[in-house]
Amino acid sequence: MNWFYFSSPVTFYGLAGRLAPWFFALAALSAAWGLWLGLAVAPRDATQGEVYRVIFIHVPTAWMSMFLYFLMACYCALTLIFNTRLSAMMARAIAPTGALFTFLALWTGSFWGKPTWGTYWVWDARLTSELVLLFLYFGYMALANAFEDPRRGDRASALLAIIGVVNLPIIYFSVQWWNTLHQGMSVGPKGSSMHPTMLQAMLVMSFSAWMYAAGAALARVRSVILERERRAQWVRDLGRS
Amino acid sequence: MWWKSWSDFWAMGGHAFFVWMSFGALLAGVVVEGVLLRVRRARALAAIEEERDLEAEN
Repeated sequence: MNWFYFSSPVTFYGLAGRLAPWFFALAALSAAWGLWLGLAVAPRDATQGEVYRVIFIHVPTAWMSMFLYFLMACYCALTLIFNTRLSAMMARAIAPTGALFTFLALWTGSFWGKPTWGTYWVWDARLTSELVLLFLYFGYMALANAFEDPRRGDRASALLAIIGVVNLPIIYFSVQWWNTLHQGMSVGPKGSSMHPTMLQAMLVMSFSAWMYAAGAALARVRSVILERERRAQWVRDLGRS
Repeated sequence: MWWKSWSDFWAMGGHAFFVWMSFGALLAGVVVEGVLLRVRRARALAAIEEERDLEAEN
């Protein structure tokens, strides 16, 4: 397979259009299954009661907020090293969805924190570093659009995104490095300490979040391609055929 | 199935507000992003149309 064939915005525009609906369909199906497991089948948590069900959104969105940032930074690295156009467009397409997931992780965490910790917000290491991640997404998007020449925006924002990667291990290990109100890892490289149905629901919801993010990024990159290639002949021919 | 009735389900053991504020935010977020994606595509297509018209005038 010739990977460079799809590194051209022209061919990728079509490929993204064909793939996005499938990712959205997988996301919807797995969300239905995951919500059924999480909201209807899984039992009450012994210590927290029913409110623990927030976990089925909180953990998947928090994982995706970090994974999408990492993916975005990888595309940014490709942009800086190979000066490829499509990688910069992909990074721009991922950022808003990453920011949405980061916001949802913070929002659901806060509504989970109130009944269990007694407060919506506390400036501890895990919460603060996740908030920094949200600002990194915002900063990336602002910088990417701050230049008259979009290629300059690509490079400047790519540099910011790559520097921001240092925040990811800080988020991930914050619950081990510092004394925080946030609980430690229930699921990690050493296995899981969760009830099997709860774990299954959480993993299915994570898969759904992953598929949704892929669909949203591919749908958005098509608009980014159209915006950037507005003056190219192939874009002008689009509506005519 | 964990619940005995619908009202049991909606009450979430007394934590309805916190649970539904979380699941509601997810729903709202996905709906808003869906709308934004459509708006962005419509704008991009309109800009191409505009470009085409400008060229036709010249």
